[in-house]
Amino acid sequence: MTERYNLTVNTGREKDQSFVEKESAVIEGIDVSGRWNRMFVPREIQDYDLTNMHKLTAIPGAESMGWCYQCAQCMPACPVDTAGGDYGPRKIFRRLELGMDLLDSRDLWLCTTCANCLRVCPKEVDMIKIMPVARAAAVLEGNVPAELLEMFQNVAEYGNPMGQSARKRAAWIRKSDAEIRVLPKDPGPVDVLWFVGDFYAYHGRGVDAANAMARVFNALDVDFGVLGADERTDGDSQRLAGEPGLYEELAEHNIEQFKQHEHERIVVSGPHAYNAIKNEYPAMGGEFEVEHYTQFLADQIDELKPLLTGSFGNRKVTFHDPCYLGRHNGEYDAPRDLLEAVPDLDLIEMYRCKEQGYCCGGGGGGMWLDGFAAEQQSERLSENRVKEAVMVGADVLAVCCPYEVSRFEDAVKSTNNDGKLEVLDIIEILDQCMGA
Amino acid sequence: MNTVVLLKRVPDLVEDLEVDSSGTALDSEHLKLTLNEFDDHALEQALLLKEGGGGEVTAVALDSEDVDKMLFTALAKGADRALKITGTGAVNGTSELAEVFAQALGSVNYDLVLTGVQASDDIDGQLAPTVAAKLSVPCIEVITGVEAGDGSVTVHKEYAGGVLAEFEMTLPGVLGIQAAAQSPRYAPVSKVRQIQDSATLDEVAGAGGDNGKFSIVVMTPPETGEGAQMLESVEELIAVLDSKGVI
Ligand code: SF4
Ligand code: SF4
Repeated sequence: MTERYNLTVNTGREKDQSFVEKESAVIEGIDVSGRWNRMFVPREIQDYDLTNMHKLTAIPGAESMGWCYQCAQCMPACPVDTAGGDYGPRKIFRRLELGMDLLDSRDLWLCTTCANCLRVCPKEVDMIKIMPVARAAAVLEGNVPAELLEMFQNVAEYGNPMGQSARKRAAWIRKSDAEIRVLPKDPGPVDVLWFVGDFYAYHGRGVDAANAMARVFNALDVDFGVLGADERTDGDSQRLAGEPGLYEELAEHNIEQFKQHEHERIVVSGPHAYNAIKNEYPAMGGEFEVEHYTQFLADQIDELKPLLTGSFGNRKVTFHDPCYLGRHNGEYDAPRDLLEAVPDLDLIEMYRCKEQGYCCGGGGGGMWLDGFAAEQQSERLSENRVKEAVMVGADVLAVCCPYEVSRFEDAVKSTNNDGKLEVLDIIEILDQCMGA
Repeated sequence: MNTVVLLKRVPDLVEDLEVDSSGTALDSEHLKLTLNEFDDHALEQALLLKEGGGGEVTAVALDSEDVDKMLFTALAKGADRALKITGTGAVNGTSELAEVFAQALGSVNYDLVLTGVQASDDIDGQLAPTVAAKLSVPCIEVITGVEAGDGSVTVHKEYAGGVLAEFEMTLPGVLGIQAAAQSPRYAPVSKVRQIQDSATLDEVAGAGGDNGKFSIVVMTPPETGEGAQMLESVEELIAVLDSKGVI
């Protein structure tokens, strides 16, 4: 007869292991009684406490975290892991299996929502959806890194992440040598409503680019206007960093402003504003024709070219694809078309470019987690990127996201490449070569 | 223990303050008001006391620009009730404000009153002691820690030079808060918006206010003294340092 026994097996976890054996058995004359015929019943080899995994995947939008099958394709794609951050969707999934509470973990804040993992993941584990909702849950629990919190507070109070006076958003315009129409003061229909953005309006190097943009618009006779002090942060980074309420407030405000002034299209300085207005504002009741400035200018390349009479001195220029213009919105050509139109400019590519572009570290709220992230990684993403630009022999790192000029300029210094690599916004390059 | 927090809105120094043409008030055109940061600490301390030992927290503020949002934010952070004092007219200075707060507290059931130790328009921290005097209750100022006891609180008061003293104060009483035990919490905007849609602010008609004893005669920016030189650029600074032989 067959007996069923339970044997306690030491697996580190207390677990009963079932087996069957016959007390007496003889096969072909050989006595195989008792333990000699013992057979184990199938044993559970995966026995994790998945409470925290389920807590996460129960959040609407975060379901796909549970779909990972550990293929590891995302790992070399993740810029945070590449920068020594011990990170990536595969690792997050594994840590969740082992009991990590993502809402209470450093892993919640390192993702820049660059979307490079999503590009390769066969299971469509979507960090772009997971991170904002998981972070929002953590923010509701009062669990936010201090740097990011300060940014939320500044935006909530002043409408810009720098905590500057909302009124001073228009200060650069008064000092500009270009002709700029400020719509709230000088209303009336325009072709282009230029959404200037925080960094162009408030940051020293951003203001340089803003002035360059205004001069290029003037030279092209663009009929444009700006919102001046009535503009607020686009809100996309706040949304991705886990403050959906703040995002909604900002979006409502900006949409109302856009509707107040008659225009054919909105042209934005930055990819984050582009992403917000193109992909997120429609759900808030704001449907607008929107273009990134490189797209707007690339469409007028025939008018632009004759104006580019200066020389760029045969300098080698490499272009950093911003995640939110490239991977998120599929635009790789417009910035390159503009650079190629510049006389005596030698455009070279980095290894990680276009679809495979490397993230600068500023997206998804990363701009305001710089110290936090730097502590968790062996280097900043911007430093990793700057080294690549130097490695391919570039003299100039061209960018078209307002976050990036300051990020990369800092990285040039911290990697001891001062003097070897100049960081310029594409609009600055165009402006320089207008031969004025 | 039921705690009342007195919240005050003060000019936000992120904007340059200018005196208006009357010469007795700030130019309101570009004036932006914000919650006095010490009051934010007082609110945080009240919420910590509630979380530690129960009771209710009531946030009280004088009607002013954007005060509703500030009070809804206090509710979103965890206050149980928000009370807006309306219709007071001009309130000049801390003494009149203390009178308005003291009168409004007549309708509130409280054990402890907390407010910021000072504000940009009350640098010498007169609000807490003046409210206490009007209510005839004790007051301690420059508080950096509060523990609830039975009918009393034990508090830490900071003196100059880093000297700390511990006091026990019988309730009811007033405390001027220098810093809460943790930095003021953040109220996610989605929560504030949700509260805005579901909660209501209580209102009480203000009494006290302008007592005719105070009026502002003149308001001016500090006069430029002698001996200061305004430099426009780093190059100028280097030249000055160079001329002094410092570098
Ligand atoms: S690529 Fe997708 S499925 Fe593969 S390990 Fe990464 S997250 Fe998991
Ligand atoms: S979105 Fe980018 S940073 Fe985030 S996990 Fe994926 S690859 Fe890493």
